[in-house]
Amino acid sequence: MGETPYGSVDELQAALGTQSYLADRGLATSIHLSLSLDKPLLLEGEAGVGKTEVAKVLSSLLGRRLIRLQCYEGIDASQALYEWNYSRQLIAVRAMDATDAETHVQDLFGPDFLVERPLLAAIREGSGAVLLVDELDRADDEFEAFLLEVLSEFAVTIPEIGRVAAETPPAVVVTSNRTRELHDALKRRCLYHWIDHPDLEREIQIVKVRAPHVSDALARDVAAAVLRLREMDLAKLPGVAETIDWANALAFLGAERLDTSIAADTLGAVVKDHEDQQLVSARLADVVGDG
Amino acid sequence: MADGTVSSQSGEGPLAPLVAFGRKLRDAGLPVGTGRILTFARAIAALGLTDRESLYWAGRTTMIGRKEDFAAYDEAFADWYRALATQGELRVELNLPTPGSKRQVDWGEMPDDLEVTVSGVAAQWRSAGEDEPEDDEETSIRIVASAVEVLREKSFPDLTEDERARVAAMIRRLAVTVPVERTRRTKPASKGSSFDIRRTLRRSLRTQGEPFERAMRARKSRTRPLVLILDISGSMAPYARALMQFGYAAMAAGRRVEVFVFGTRLTRVTRTLRTKDPDRAMHEIGKQVADWEGGTRIGESLKTLLDGWSQRAALRGAVVVLCSDGLERGDPELLRAQMARLRRLAHRVVWVNPLKGSPRYEPLARGMAAAMPSVDEFLSGHNLESLEHLGRVLGG
Repeated sequence: MGETPYGSVDELQAALGTQSYLADRGLATSIHLSLSLDKPLLLEGEAGVGKTEVAKVLSSLLGRRLIRLQCYEGIDASQALYEWNYSRQLIAVRAMDATDAETHVQDLFGPDFLVERPLLAAIREGSGAVLLVDELDRADDEFEAFLLEVLSEFAVTIPEIGRVAAETPPAVVVTSNRTRELHDALKRRCLYHWIDHPDLEREIQIVKVRAPHVSDALARDVAAAVLRLREMDLAKLPGVAETIDWANALAFLGAERLDTSIAADTLGAVVKDHEDQQLVSARLADVVGDG
Repeated sequence: MADGTVSSQSGEGPLAPLVAFGRKLRDAGLPVGTGRILTFARAIAALGLTDRESLYWAGRTTMIGRKEDFAAYDEAFADWYRALATQGELRVELNLPTPGSKRQVDWGEMPDDLEVTVSGVAAQWRSAGEDEPEDDEETSIRIVASAVEVLREKSFPDLTEDERARVAAMIRRLAVTVPVERTRRTKPASKGSSFDIRRTLRRSLRTQGEPFERAMRARKSRTRPLVLILDISGSMAPYARALMQFGYAAMAAGRRVEVFVFGTRLTRVTRTLRTKDPDRAMHEIGKQVADWEGGTRIGESLKTLLDGWSQRAALRGAVVVLCSDGLERGDPELLRAQMARLRRLAHRVVWVNPLKGSPRYEPLARGMAAAMPSVDEFLSGHNLESLEHLGRVLGG
C-alpha cells in the first residue's frame, strides 16, 4: 500500500477542499485508491472540468514536486525521458586533450551531459513527486506503449550509465480529452474516472471558493446560466474554468446580478466560438433566465 | 495481491462475492479481466468500507475504463448490491505490509499480441508476426483500370451474369497500393528530416573529433491497415460482391487488409479471401456466412467488431471502408455510439452507400443520419467508375 496521509475518502475530500478543489465522492474515492494502491489514475472528461487541476492540487496537498509531461503529436522518448546534451558533448570533445582518452570518453556520458526530461525526473524523485501526464490522447499510440513500459517498471536503463529505478513509485495522474481511444493495455493498469461537469450546487460552491469576491446571488446566476449553455447545442461547451472567468469578469464590472445586457457584453468570457456566440446571443434571455 | 486480504462472512471463500460481481459485468459484455477484479478486491480492502457508495465507486474506478460502459455498470451494480444485501453483511479485512518494505507493483498480465520495444528513439505497438514494409514515400491507394466505359458506369445490380464476370475480373486487375503511415521510429537516411547527432559524433572520430560529415535520420513508414466492413443484406449483396473483389485486389497489393461482412451478425472473411482465388472464396464465404442477404443490424455488428478487434490493432490507425445502405433495423443510437467509437480508433472512416449514386438521395434514413457525424468521406459505390473514385479518395 502506498503512503497516504489521509485515512479515509472523507478526510481526503475535506483536505482537497482546503486546497480550493471541490471533488465529488467518486473522484475523491478514485484519488484515494490511486494513492493507496499505487496505481496511476486516468482522468477523462470534457475540456475545462479540472482534470489537470487534480494533479496540481495533489502535489501541493502532499507537499510533493509536480512533474508535468505535456503530450503532443509526435512526442518521443527523447523528449519524455532523457537526452544527451550533444552540443555540450561536442564542445567538451574539442576542449579535451588526447591523453587519458578513456576517462574523457566516460566523462562525456556522465551526469553532467544528461538532459533530464519529465519521466526520468519522476523516476528519480520517486514517491516525492506527482507525475502528471497531460493530454495523453494527443500523443500517438506508440508513445502510449512506451509510457506503459515506463509506468509498469518505474525504471529505465540508460546504456551509458546503467539502470535508474524508483525506490517507491510517484503518484501518477494521466489525463485525456478523449479525442481518440486509449489502448486497453494502458487502461487496465490505471484506475479510471470520468469527470463530469459539476451539478448546479457544486458549481456554485466552486465559483464561491475560486472567486471569493463574487456575491452569492451572482455566483448562482452565473452557474445556472452556464448550466443552460451546456444544454444548448454548442460546438465548444463552457467548462468550470469558463464559469469562474465569467463570474470574475462580471464582478470586476461591478455586476450584482446577471442580466441580458451585461451578459451580452461579457459573453466572450464564457462562449469562445463565433458561431456559438451567434447562437447564444439570439437566445440570451433564455440563458440568463429572465425571459 | 500479497498485501491485501479480503474476507467475507458468506463462507464460500473470501473473494467470492467480488468475483461474482466481476463475472456479472463480464456477462453484461464489459471487458473485465481477472486483473481488474483483483484490483477491485484490493480497492475494497484499502477503503475498508463496504457501504453502497464506496462499493459503487471502488468498482467503477477499478473495473470500468470507458464512459459508455457506465450505464451497464450501474445496472449490474444495482442487481449485485441487492443480492448482496440479502446475503448479509460483507466484511473486509486488510493486512498492511510492514512499512518500508519494498513494494512490488502488480501490473497484471501483458497482452500476448503486444510487443513493447523501447529504443533510444521511440517505442511502438506491433501485432505479432507483422513485417515492417520498406516503403519510404507517402503513397496512396491508386487504382488504374482500363475498362469499357459502359461497364464502368453500369450499376452493379443491372449487370448481366456475363458482364458481372467481366467487371469482377476488371476489379481484380485494379492496381491497388495501400496508404502508409509514418511511424515514430527513425532510421538512418542520406536525406532525412532530423539531424543524427549520435552518428555524426561517431563519424567525427575519424576526423579527429571534427564533425565534417553530417548524418541524418528519417522517419520510417509502414502501411496503414485497410479494413473493409461490407453489408451483405438484401439489396446490398451485389455491391458487397463488387467491394469484396476490391478487397481482394487491395489484399494482393498490401499485406494488412481485413475484411468483415455483416447482415444480422458479423463474420470475418479475411482468411478465406486470402487463401482462395476470388471466385472460390466467394463461394466459400457464401457457405460460411449464415445470414447472407438477411436483415441489417449495423450498430450491433459494429459493436461486435469493436469489442473483438479493437484489441488486436486491426482497426487502430486503419482506413476503414464501410459499405452499407444505412437502412438500420436496430437502434440508431447504438449505431451512432459505435460509429463514434470507430471514428476515434480509425485513421479515416469512409462510408460507401450505393444509394448515393441516385441523384435525389439524401442521407436522411435514421441509421445513416446517426452515422454521418462520424464519417470522413461519404461516397457512392454503385459502379466500377465509383470504385475507382473510392480508390482516389482513399489516397487523397
